[in-house]
This record gives sequence, C-alpha cells and structure tokens, in this order.
Amino acid sequence: MEHLVPIGLNHYLTISAFLLGFGLFAVMTRKNAIVVLMGVELILNAANINFLAFSKYNGGMGGVMFSLFVIVIAAAEAAIALAIVINIFKIFKSVDVSSIDTLKE
Amino acid sequence: MMNSLTYTVIFYLFAAVTVFSAAFVVFSRNVIYSAFSLLFTFFGVAALYVFLSADFIAVTQVVVYVGGILVLLLFGVMFTKGIMNTELKSDVLHIIPGTLILAGMLGALLYTFYTTHTWKPSETQLHGSLVERIGFETVSHYVLPFEMVSILLLAALIGAAFLARFDKPDNNNL
Repeated sequence: MEHLVPIGLNHYLTISAFLLGFGLFAVMTRKNAIVVLMGVELILNAANINFLAFSKYNGGMGGVMFSLFVIVIAAAEAAIALAIVINIFKIFKSVDVSSIDTLKE
Repeated sequence: MMNSLTYTVIFYLFAAVTVFSAAFVVFSRNVIYSAFSLLFTFFGVAALYVFLSADFIAVTQVVVYVGGILVLLLFGVMFTKGIMNTELKSDVLHIIPGTLILAGMLGALLYTFYTTHTWKPSETQLHGSLVERIGFETVSHYVLPFEMVSILLLAALIGAAFLARFDKPDNNNL
C-alpha cells in the first residue's frame, strides 16, 4: 500500500500502459475500421500521457510541446482516415477491414 | 495540498474513469457505445493532464478530441452504417493473439515499471500553469515545427475533404 498514496510517475505510466494495451487489442482484433481508428486514438493518448508525465517530473518543456504536436497529428490522421473509410464504404459497401483484399492475388 | 487525501482520491477517480471507459471502448460490440465511451476516456485523460500541470494541453484535448475527432468518428459511424440497422455490431478476429498481445504488453510494462529501481524526479518539476511558457516555447524554440505542423494540418484537411467529397454523376471514377 505504501506505493499507492503519493501519486508518482508510476501511476501515470500504469494508466498509459493500460491505454496502450487496449488500443493494440482494438487494432488487432476488431473488424470494423472505425473501431480500429478508436484504438489508434487510444494509443496516441497513451503516448501523450507518457510525454506529459515525463515532462512534469523532468521539469522540461519538450514533452509538453511534443504532446501538442501529437494532438495536431492525431486530428489530421483522423480526418484522412475517415475520408478513406468513407471511400472504402462507397466501393465495398462495408467497413470490414478483413474483407478488403482486392490487392491480394 | 499535493499529497492530501482529496488529491489522491480524485486522481484515482479519474484514473478509474479513464481505464474502465477505455476497456469498454475495446470490449463493447456496439460501435455507437464504443464511440460514446471514448468520450469519457478523452475527458478522463484531459483530467489527468490537469494533474500533470498541463492545463493548456487539457483544454486542447477537450477541444480537439471531443469537439473534433469524436464528432468525426461518430459521423463516420453514421455515414457507413444505417443507424437503424442492426449492423452496428463489430465482429472480432484474431482474438487469441490479441489477448496474448494485451496481456504480454501490459504484464511486461507493469513488471518493468514496478520492479526496476524507483524513478529519480528532477528538483525542478513543472508546477502551476504552463500557458505562458508554452507560448514562449512555441514562437521561440519550436517555431519551425509549429509552422510545419500547421501546413501539414492544412494539407491533410484539404486532402480529406477532397477524398471524402460526393461523387458528381459524370466523374465517379476515383
């Protein structure tokens, strides 16, 4: 119990590890492309928590600035990926990522 | 104040909200439920950012993720499936390797965090509001990445609008 009470770096890293694990699980196992995108967003949030936690306990501003850029990249990624998903739906009438295999011989 | 009981209880509350809603995002079979559970995850993560004294990042998280990305995801769900259909279920595949990856990744990370030696935090941790320092850093040290990321975002959004546009009847070849 003694390592539960003062909130330290390990607490944030634990939450971040959970988010990373859930995000990887979603990316690996879900067939719906939009849920895969949600998993990617979870992974990006996990990375952001790590950046900010290390930045706070280190005292520098690098992690804070980098997490800002990560949020911007996540916005761009979500917009592009949803445009691609909508195009896939137009062509295949489905967003099932395991059934889109026309490039396969 | 930093080590008071209230602080600890509130931290664990937000940590629980974040982790359990993230688990619900992943393990729920209904895409709409996943999207709405993602809302709680983003709010919980924003609260954790406030605990990490990154208040500006927390507000940005709420504005960009909840106001932008989540709405985009919900529109994606509603565009690609009829909302009234029962097709909103999302199937799973590779459930065994996925569970193995989840357990292995989580176990390895937590084992490393809790069995290696304790962290040595710096003497000069970040305290208080960071808005002013973020402003200074943005226009002094990080001005080139800032401009590059703004151009990248502009290009990406134009590209997304171009990709997702409605087909005209005369050129519907993508």
